[in-house]
Parts: sequence; C-alpha cells; structure tokens
Amino acid sequence: MAVKLKQFLALGVVVLTTAALAWAGSEDQPKAKGAPQPVITKAIKGEQCVEPTEFMRRNHMDVLDGHRDKTVIEGIRTKKYSLKECINCHASEKTGSVAAVKDDFCISCHSYASVKIDCFECHSTKPKGSIAMHPLNAETAHLKHKLAANTRTSVSPEEMAGVAQ
Amino acid sequence: MSEMKQDSENAAVSPERRRFISAATATAAGLTIAPGVMLYEVAHGRPEEQAASSAVRWGMMVDATKCATGCDDCVTACSTENGWTPVAESKHPKQAPQWIRKLVLQDPLTQMETNLPMLCQHCAEPPCVDVCPTGASFKRADGLVLVNRHTCIGCRYCMMACPYKARSLVHESLNDTQKPDVPRGIGTVESCTFCVQKIDRGDGTTACVEACTASGHNALVFGDMNDPESEISKKLRELPTKQVRADLNLNLGVRYHGI
Ligand code: SF4
Ligand code: SF4
Ligand code: SF4
Repeated sequence: MAVKLKQFLALGVVVLTTAALAWAGSEDQPKAKGAPQPVITKAIKGEQCVEPTEFMRRNHMDVLDGHRDKTVIEGIRTKKYSLKECINCHASEKTGSVAAVKDDFCISCHSYASVKIDCFECHSTKPKGSIAMHPLNAETAHLKHKLAANTRTSVSPEEMAGVAQ
Repeated sequence: MSEMKQDSENAAVSPERRRFISAATATAAGLTIAPGVMLYEVAHGRPEEQAASSAVRWGMMVDATKCATGCDDCVTACSTENGWTPVAESKHPKQAPQWIRKLVLQDPLTQMETNLPMLCQHCAEPPCVDVCPTGASFKRADGLVLVNRHTCIGCRYCMMACPYKARSLVHESLNDTQKPDVPRGIGTVESCTFCVQKIDRGDGTTACVEACTASGHNALVFGDMNDPESEISKKLRELPTKQVRADLNLNLGVRYHGI
C-alpha cells in the first residue's frame, strides 16, 4: 500500500515538474483545464529586464537573495537585482502594485506555482511616490487615523496637504 | 568625558583613519570657500556600489538645554519618514513602536525639568547584538546598529538586552502600508536606524535632526564623529556631554549635553 502511494506521488511530482518546466521554458503555455493561467503583463517601464526573461523566471529569487544581504549588511545600494527596481518596472498600471490583486505581476505566477511570497510582509508592493495623494498609500497610510479624524476635528485641508507632501 | 577622550585617542592611532583624515584635509586645503561643505561631500557622498566604511562613525549630539517643552517634532518626523504609527494614534498604544520618544525628566528636589529625545544610542559595543541568537541584530561598518529583518525571528532578546528601551516588535500585519524605502513587518524587531535610507542616499542627516532644525530649536546635531572637522565633532569638543548610563561602557553614538 505504502509502496503504491509512493509510486503515485513520484509520478505526480514528475508530471508537475514537467508541466512547470514546459511553461517556464516556452511561450506555449499548458492548457490545463481549471487551473488559472498566470497573466504576465509586460513591464510598464523599460524594454528589457536586467537578465533574459528565461533566466529571471527561474532565478529571480536567488539574485534577489544575494542582493538583499549586500544591501542590508554592507549598505550597497546598486539598482541591478534590487527588489525596489523590480517593483518600479513591474507595478501594474491599474493597481500601482506588484501584489495587490491576483493578476498583479508577482501574485499571478506565484499563485499559479503555489509558492507563498514573504517579501511583501515587509516590503511595500508599490513604487515610491506613485499615488502620493491617495489616503491609504504607503506614504500616508500610517496617518489614516488622522485622516479619519479630519472629518470631525479642526485639522484644515491645508494641514493635511502638508502632511501628505 | 574620559570615555570620549579615549575614543579620539584610539581613533588617532588607527592608520586607516589617519589616511582618511589627511586625504580629506588635503582636499579641503585647496578650497578657500566653505571647506566644511567640501569635506562633507568627500566624507559622505558614498557611491551606491560602495559598502559602508568604518572610516565613518555616525553619531548624534542632543543639546537638552535647547530641546523645547511640548515639542515633539522629531518624533513626528521620524514616524513620517519611517512609516510607523505614533503611540497616540495606535490602536494598541502599549505595543506601538517607538523609534524615538520624548522624555521629560524632573529633578525631585528643585523641580527643574529637562527635555530630551531618547532613541537607539547606536552603541559601539551593543548588547542587542551580543544576545541575538541569529545574527539578525548587527552593527554596520559605519556604526549604525540595525536589524536584518530577513533573519530576525522575533524572539525579542534584544529588546530585553537594550538598556535604553530603544527597540519594539511589530505585532500586527502592516498590510502594505510600509514606505518603499523603509521595509518593516510583522514578527520582526525594529529601532531607530539613523535613517539609513537617507544616509545611503547621501543626505548626511536624519529626519529628526532636519525637523528639529526646521522648528528653530537646533537641539540636534548629526554627523561623522570620526571626522574632526564635522559639526558634531566640533560641538563635542566644545560642550560637556554625557553618555546615558556611561557606567555600562557601551561607547554610545548619541551624546547628551545639559543632562
Ligand atoms: S541603544 Fe539598544 S538597540 Fe541601540 S545599539 Fe544600544 S543596545 Fe542596541
Ligand atoms: S528579536 Fe530578532 S534581532 Fe532581536 S534578538 Fe531576536 S532574532 Fe535578533
Ligand atoms: S535618526 Fe531617523 S530613524 Fe532615528 S530617530 Fe531620528 S528620524 Fe527616527
């Protein structure tokens, strides 16, 4: 029984791997029924990623991992392989984010591949200053209590504009 | 004071620093107008591909005689720059992060009140780094004591080890409200970073210092304590300053005048 189960699982792994490789390796995407296909929107800015697309699909996590240690520990802030630069180019035009809704760049593939993203527990999913006047964007969200209180108290619109800037 | 003297003596015998100083002085010597400004450029305009260097030690001087009653502009500026919710606006004030807080000390005999901001002291011998089981709490080459949130497990040993109550834990999911320049998130510990994002950008100052200067109180001075020509070094030479809990011998990056 146990042996059969193992064989079955092994077969499953092979099938999944093949499917994933086929998708990563070619433009023809598998026509698996029911599984939501990733929507890959072309980056808003720029023509070409810092590495060929094929390379980035498989290795983005490794280059990001290497770059983050250099940045955090040594203070090296080069743009190549910086997560902030990924976000700058790949944020959706609609949501201004790489991970706000299911079709946004990062979420789209990650939910297809069923891999949880931890980056955005800490990192903002939006480029800097994208929608600066939005009451709940990264620049002002921590002041949302003030914005809510604004309707009732004496904080003037000019003051709030000052805060938002 | 004896601690301070020791600092500069130690530093003076370091050949690396001597080279740095002579190079900086040589550049400034050619300038007749505002050599201080030039020095500032030389010392702090670090290119983005260059790692932080131990030739620099960032520090802050707090002049408590100028810190004003009722003013908390430094605290507001820090929360705005770094995106943390101020205690007064937090749903859970006891858990709220406090990268910097305003203290009022009162002499029980004379009733004399002293105002000062308290923040991470960027210890040269940081207890928070000593106790961290994962190495997440670390001291950068230029003296900033930081938390690598990628490896912090939220054990909070460092919060208990810090004599200055400088650290706090992020208790709740921040739901994408972080600033793009300042990643911070649930389950990790944080404290004042000396505005590392601004330093690496070459601003050479911090949000709280800028706010204090803008308010006209001028109680805070920030700069490179290894550079003898920097404003902070000059101030530290001029005024008597103290380290809080100097008895702990931690060689602090924040020095107080008038306490
Ligand atoms: S003040 Fe506290 S958190 Fe800051 S370096 Fe010293 S021990 Fe660490
Ligand atoms: S809470 Fe994080 S930084 Fe602090 S001691 Fe634990 S692992 Fe280290
Ligand atoms: S130096 Fe920056 S992070 Fe530290 S207290 Fe001041 S504003 Fe906050």
